[in-house]
Amino acid sequence: MAIWDYANPTRFMRLADRILPWLIGICVIAFAIGLYKSFFMAPEDYQQGDTVRIMFIHVPAAWLAMMCYSVMALSSIGTLVWKHPLADVSAKCAALIGAAFTFISLVTGSLWGKPMWGTYWVWDARLTSVLVLFIMYLGLMALWRTMEDPIKAGKAAAVLTLVGALNLPIIKFSVDWWNTLHQPASVMRLDGPTIHPDMLVPLLVMAFAFSVLFFVLHLRAMQNEVLRRRVRTMRQKAAASARPAAATATTQPAE
Amino acid sequence: MDPFDLGPHAGFIIACYFITISVVAGLIAWVVLDRRQLNKALNELEEQGIKRARGNQAQS
Amino acid sequence: MTGWAKALFLRELRIAVRIGGSGVVGVLFFLAVVTVIPFGVGPDLNLLARIGPAFLWIGALLATLLGLDRLFQADREDGALDLILMSGRSLELVVLVKCLAHWMATGLPLVLAAPVLAIFLNLEPLAIGAVTLTLLVGTPALTLIGAIGASLTVTLRRGGLLMAVLVVPLAIPVLIFGVSSADAAIHDPVPFMTPFLIMCALSLIAAVVGPLASAVALRFAAD
Repeated sequence: MAIWDYANPTRFMRLADRILPWLIGICVIAFAIGLYKSFFMAPEDYQQGDTVRIMFIHVPAAWLAMMCYSVMALSSIGTLVWKHPLADVSAKCAALIGAAFTFISLVTGSLWGKPMWGTYWVWDARLTSVLVLFIMYLGLMALWRTMEDPIKAGKAAAVLTLVGALNLPIIKFSVDWWNTLHQPASVMRLDGPTIHPDMLVPLLVMAFAFSVLFFVLHLRAMQNEVLRRRVRTMRQKAAASARPAAATATTQPAE
Repeated sequence: MDPFDLGPHAGFIIACYFITISVVAGLIAWVVLDRRQLNKALNELEEQGIKRARGNQAQS
Repeated sequence: MTGWAKALFLRELRIAVRIGGSGVVGVLFFLAVVTVIPFGVGPDLNLLARIGPAFLWIGALLATLLGLDRLFQADREDGALDLILMSGRSLELVVLVKCLAHWMATGLPLVLAAPVLAIFLNLEPLAIGAVTLTLLVGTPALTLIGAIGASLTVTLRRGGLLMAVLVVPLAIPVLIFGVSSADAAIHDPVPFMTPFLIMCALSLIAAVVGPLASAVALRFAAD
């Protein structure tokens, strides 16, 4: 199985080093094309005017917020079922990036809402679900931070991630129910098949660019995490070997 | 069509792009600075003659 | 109920009643929350009747969350958790039994107190019945979902706050359907049974997912 070849962190580091320059290149090019298209090619929307340009970052960010959680859920299965040594590294790194993109999507959503709805925040079904997702990301990160042993923290976070993944559709469903029950002011929605192709192309390019950006950041963060664990083990070794000869090894900053 | 005329809501659009860029820049800075710091720590430890553990996943 | 499960259930119940009296404190907290509401929103009886079910539910959710951090922690501190793990019994069943006992000791008093507190909030008899019924069905789900959070934070010294943060998002669906079925009974925009049955389903899902997930988490915390 190919994925097992990269169970060895050293081999993973080498592969990531080889892939990353290409990914960074693709990412820069995709962003250049996407931003050019979204500013110079896409027409103003007849209803939203220029604020439609916010959509070119809002929609990809919201899409990434979901994708990050899927990556975390898959990694959690990897941690719990196959005990893949890189799976919890992947889950931990995806959490921060996911929280960042969820934050972007919330902020851009409410900045879009001010001129469109006349208020920064509407308890709209989708905004509310994303807010709940954001809280879940932050809770997971808090769990990672409070547990000292990365292996134990990884397993605990994996359990919570999977329970959350089971719960997310239920939350989405119940928030939709709650929303229709309370009949909000009719809000304009951007989704639906009526989207103009001149807008769809930049949107897709931007979504692609954001996805590549995620993979670049994720791979880099995973490399860092592998290095961090290496440093941790080496420090522990240093401390263990320094202790018997503590008198002579005063220069060593044993942790 | 003047692409630099963003209409009456220019402030909101610029704020959006500004926030997004700063968050992404923050993520990139986090990744790069973290890497630099970790490499430094790794080099220091290796200079002290501590061998890298063979098969790092042994700790799991 | 097999012998060991009954023994465990009685043990948990006895501990909960004798030590701490967490059920009574939970009801006191519930009372305090309900008392505070009119100070926040004003003593308008019509308004209170309208938002009453929601606040009873939120109060019950908070009171449940407060009591949950002791669900496994006391057993971990005195070593009983390790004995349970070594006993070879199905840990999922153990968790389920513990949750049942915990609910009997802390959740049931909340349900019983709800009708009394509902009077403070100017609820009609029908609404009181609806809220009490939904709480009766819904609070076990809160305890079972909370067990996941409690087992994840069992190794942490001050896990109570983190546990609440982890559990609240998972409890949102129960809250939504609990409140909306209580509302449906009062000023029926939808038939009462629709949200109520969905909430029953949520409780049943929680009865499966909660013990499974928290058993996994407890096993990881132990080794």
